[in-house]
Amino acid sequence: MGKTLAEKIIAAHAEDAAEVSAGDLVTVHTDVVMANDVTAAIAIESFNAMGVGEVYNKDRIMLVPSHFAPNKDIKSAEQTRTLTMFAQDQTLTNRFQVGRAGIEHVVLPERGLVLPGDLVVGGDSHTCTYGAVGAFSTGMGSTDIAFAMATGKTWLKVPETMKFVYSGTPKQWVYGKDLILRTIGEIGVDGALYRSMEFTGPAINALPMSERLTMTNMIIEAGGKCGFMPFDDVTREYVEARATRSYTPYFADDDATYTSVHEFEVSDMEPQVACPYSPDNVHPISEVKPEKADQVFIGSCTNGRYEDLAIVADILQKTGREFHPDVRVMIIPGSQAVYLAALRAGWIELFTMAGAAVSVSTCGPCLGGHMGVLASNEVCVSTSNRNFRGRMGHRDARVFLANPAIATASAIIGRLAHPDEL
Amino acid sequence: MDFKFDGTVWKYGDNVDTDVIIPARYLNTTDAATLAQHCMEDIDQVFAQQVSPGDIIVGGRNFGCGSSREHAPISIKGAGVSCIIAESFARIFFRNAINIGLPILECPEAALAAQKGDRLSVDLIAGKITNHRTGETYQASPYNGMVLKIIEVGGLVPYTRNVLGINITN
Repeated sequence: MGKTLAEKIIAAHAEDAAEVSAGDLVTVHTDVVMANDVTAAIAIESFNAMGVGEVYNKDRIMLVPSHFAPNKDIKSAEQTRTLTMFAQDQTLTNRFQVGRAGIEHVVLPERGLVLPGDLVVGGDSHTCTYGAVGAFSTGMGSTDIAFAMATGKTWLKVPETMKFVYSGTPKQWVYGKDLILRTIGEIGVDGALYRSMEFTGPAINALPMSERLTMTNMIIEAGGKCGFMPFDDVTREYVEARATRSYTPYFADDDATYTSVHEFEVSDMEPQVACPYSPDNVHPISEVKPEKADQVFIGSCTNGRYEDLAIVADILQKTGREFHPDVRVMIIPGSQAVYLAALRAGWIELFTMAGAAVSVSTCGPCLGGHMGVLASNEVCVSTSNRNFRGRMGHRDARVFLANPAIATASAIIGRLAHPDEL
Repeated sequence: MDFKFDGTVWKYGDNVDTDVIIPARYLNTTDAATLAQHCMEDIDQVFAQQVSPGDIIVGGRNFGCGSSREHAPISIKGAGVSCIIAESFARIFFRNAINIGLPILECPEAALAAQKGDRLSVDLIAGKITNHRTGETYQASPYNGMVLKIIEVGGLVPYTRNVLGINITN
């Protein structure tokens, strides 16, 4: 019987099994354990309560301050200090600090710290992002992360797998973000609950790594446990330039068992928008009533990469337009490396001259933490991944999720808008 | 841990997400009592003031979807809730609740039938839920394997100490 990618990678990491199938409960070894300033604060408390003195492997624990960092207040400063001191006390090899790192899910792939065939657990729901480079990666809570930091192990139920096949060639202004929004809109926020999502097809093969990372980032928005992009030349080129150690690519068998297969023809697809208050409330942009935008946020682990900022820069340069004076525009590179690349490309000046607040890398606005919290009844067009009630601020604020081109056009025109309107 | 509960129902719908259970603006603390004061704040503004020790939350499908923040079940446990029953749970929330010793049960029939203010009796290990208004008893999937072991010892921290043979008294 053929195996899915989740079955193959879990089997390769399983303690007492050479082969596993969907539904099996197994104990597995972890390659990388990650947490951020919100989740590591509790993980370190749990780790200490477990009474284990040292982490299982000081090279493979990544504690990334990204959510309230740069620290928004004294309480978050205390939390971040907990991470810093723990990393120092445990002599963790990889240290992450404001000004040198950025958002966890941008930084880890960018530095080649998560690799094909890895088994990664992270104290953040968007840890599923690393499926784009072929890692089994999944989000967990803090106590699970503490257990993994202590033992290098975790327990998993081997997920069933859903297959998603995309054919055709997307039109201009349609990106990986639109493919994943459309997918979530179709299957719903619990459509992939407990399952793995394998993305395949000619349209996927043509996607750059940045857009693949955007798609796997939002697996959790369909309830998914993990997911995978095919390992191909795009993956190899991306990983070879960064890998800090050797890795093993895995491939799904042709006769693997899938619970369902979903096919999408993307050639006629419009840019997609997720309306309040759910990432599955998705409509083609032409069917969404345009609303004035009080804020536009371009960034996050979903769309804060260099290629995302390139879309913004390209539209500004080609149109010569500035952002609308009534819109607060926040542009936040996903990592310091992205920030530096944008700086060298001249985009930080471009964005600033156009009227944007360009900030140091942080998760802040995406989770209503800081640097872009919304007031009641305000509307935000955001490139991030969640628009739950209260997500980005007041419970009555409303967030529309869209790709960076839609966000840029909306920031220029002052309401939800398509770049063709410019 | 006690494995049998009696409590009054707080009823919610499908896809109750972790942002409404505990909004991100409160994630700059790990203190359970502080988190409890803001539990369910963006979906039910009276819950934190009116919840009584032992009360039971009943949700629909995909309860706890969204973030990995363990603060969500911590705030619910801190508010004194004895148990959560739902049609289904989001995966990370399910693990988090078990790991911190907050009992949860998946039982679509019981969740659909329960109304706000109902009195329920729950036998966690047997997976039995009785609704005193309707007189009906429902069977949830009982726990097994490692999940049952974690529940029996009261969470993943004591479980880990047991596995690793670490003795700490506190």
